[in-house]
Amino acid sequence: MIDMQGVYKTYPNGVTALNGLDVKIEQGEFVYVVGPSGAGKSTFTKLIYREEKPTKGTVNVIDLDMASLKQRSVPKLRRQIGVVYQDFRLLPTLTVYENVAFALEVIEENPKNIRRRVMDVLDQVRLKNKARFLPDELSGGEQQRVSIARAIVNYPKILIADEPTGNLDPDTSWEIMHILEEINETGTTILMATHSQEIVNTIRKRVIAIEDGMVVRDEARGEYGYEY
Amino acid sequence: MKFKTFGRHGKEGFKNLTRNSWMSIASISAVTVTLLLVGVFATILLNLNDIGSQIEEDVEVRVFIDLTSTQEAQEQLEEKIDEISKVSTVEFQSKEEGLEQLIDSLGSEGEVFESLKDENPLNDVFVVQTEDPQDTIGVAQTIEEFENVEKVEYAKETVERLFNVMDIARNVGLAIIAGLLFTAMFLIANTIRITIVARKKEIEIMKMVGATNWFIRWPFLIEGVLIGILGSLIPIALVIFGYDFLYAEIKTRFPTLFIDLLPVYPFVLEVSGLLLLMGITIGLWGSFTSIRKYLKV
Ligand SMILES: Nc1ncnc2c1ncn2[C@@H]1O[C@H](COP(=O)(O)OP(=O)(O)O)[C@@H](O)[C@H]1O
Ligand SMILES: [Mg+2]
Repeated sequence: MIDMQGVYKTYPNGVTALNGLDVKIEQGEFVYVVGPSGAGKSTFTKLIYREEKPTKGTVNVIDLDMASLKQRSVPKLRRQIGVVYQDFRLLPTLTVYENVAFALEVIEENPKNIRRRVMDVLDQVRLKNKARFLPDELSGGEQQRVSIARAIVNYPKILIADEPTGNLDPDTSWEIMHILEEINETGTTILMATHSQEIVNTIRKRVIAIEDGMVVRDEARGEYGYEY
Repeated sequence: MKFKTFGRHGKEGFKNLTRNSWMSIASISAVTVTLLLVGVFATILLNLNDIGSQIEEDVEVRVFIDLTSTQEAQEQLEEKIDEISKVSTVEFQSKEEGLEQLIDSLGSEGEVFESLKDENPLNDVFVVQTEDPQDTIGVAQTIEEFENVEKVEYAKETVERLFNVMDIARNVGLAIIAGLLFTAMFLIANTIRITIVARKKEIEIMKMVGATNWFIRWPFLIEGVLIGILGSLIPIALVIFGYDFLYAEIKTRFPTLFIDLLPVYPFVLEVSGLLLLMGITIGLWGSFTSIRKYLKV
């Protein structure tokens, strides 16, 4: 599903964010990505949905080679990957329903299917009763659930969550984790970058630790932590 | 693209336009000013061009007879002209006839010349027709050498002078219009840049969820096209009604004018089409400039 070999990424300003990264992730896995700030976690996830291109090395995602992927084929890749950020990135003038429907409208999904699909996915994140609310009228955890709903509304094969609980209190974080686990149970591959030791050590999954742009540890049922 | 999708782009494009309405109005006004000038210039130049070709078809050469020449000398001159192979007819026109014709052609304003009848300033003239409009220059040059000829006039000369003036007018006009076109384009590009910045979050999400580049571009292209179309409305109305009015006015004031203006239809429709097309082109040009630079799709 995701295969990176000898990946280097140097940004135009000269900062080298990835330094010979090797990672292989199979379909249906749930993977935590841990490491100190600036280690290259976000850069690693951006290579997957082609927000950034590798400077060197091969990146394969859903059988597509990122080096040879044409610019106009990027939308096709992105439709198979959902992304959730720490800061939610909802559109403030649209309701919960509209924010989720937006993701389907802009990829020209048949309007007949949109309503049912959006209501289903809102049900899945337990926000059906708040469909008409604006983002400002929701708590942080609810806003993050809307952003998760938007990310999975098109049945992606991969869900990338970059510190999804970074802005949330512990109780709310557990809610988000249960929803992510449910999504993973339907076969969606999940990659979650996180700083939460408590979550990683409680809900045990594969842990990839990145430091200075390299994988320093990769354990099937790992604990939080990285080399010091 | 599906029809429904196009409806969405249209709506979004219109929303873009109203989002920063002051910038939109400035852009529309710039297009309006530019196209007004284009409309006026096109109307004048196309008419002059047409008049030029009307005159070019003229086979007439007017030979002004020296005022001091005798009756006999005049008859000799007529014979010599008639002998030139390319000349088809020679016709004598006295200065009195000449003055009548002038007064007639000026309509009511010609009456002021009535008083000149006693001291007629005109010459007697031979009106010479050639077989072919091409021959007028050669015939005129030959006759000019003859005795008792004061001067020779032929239409081509007038046309050449007219075309010279038109060349200058066209170049000056094109320079002004080009400057205005760039100003309008720049304003549109700037308006659309502002819209793009205002919708940055939306665009980011569209890219993230896999909207195609064209899907993201369309509303901004439509915004540009709408600015172009709205900017062309006033110039088009002015050309249609203004030309219709001027045409009628010139016809009633100078009923015997020897030249014909281009008929109102289809002329005004052709110019309107040109203006609309130019408006759309400026709009698209402005949109593409900003899309390439700021949308990065
Ligand atoms: N767009 C960018 N341009 C330049 N440098 C960047 C950019 N994004 C990240 N970096 C740098 O790359 C390094 C890795 O960043 P990042 O991948 O965001 O790490 P993490 O998510 O683990 O905190 C950092 O030093 C960061 O400053
Ligand atoms: Mg990060």
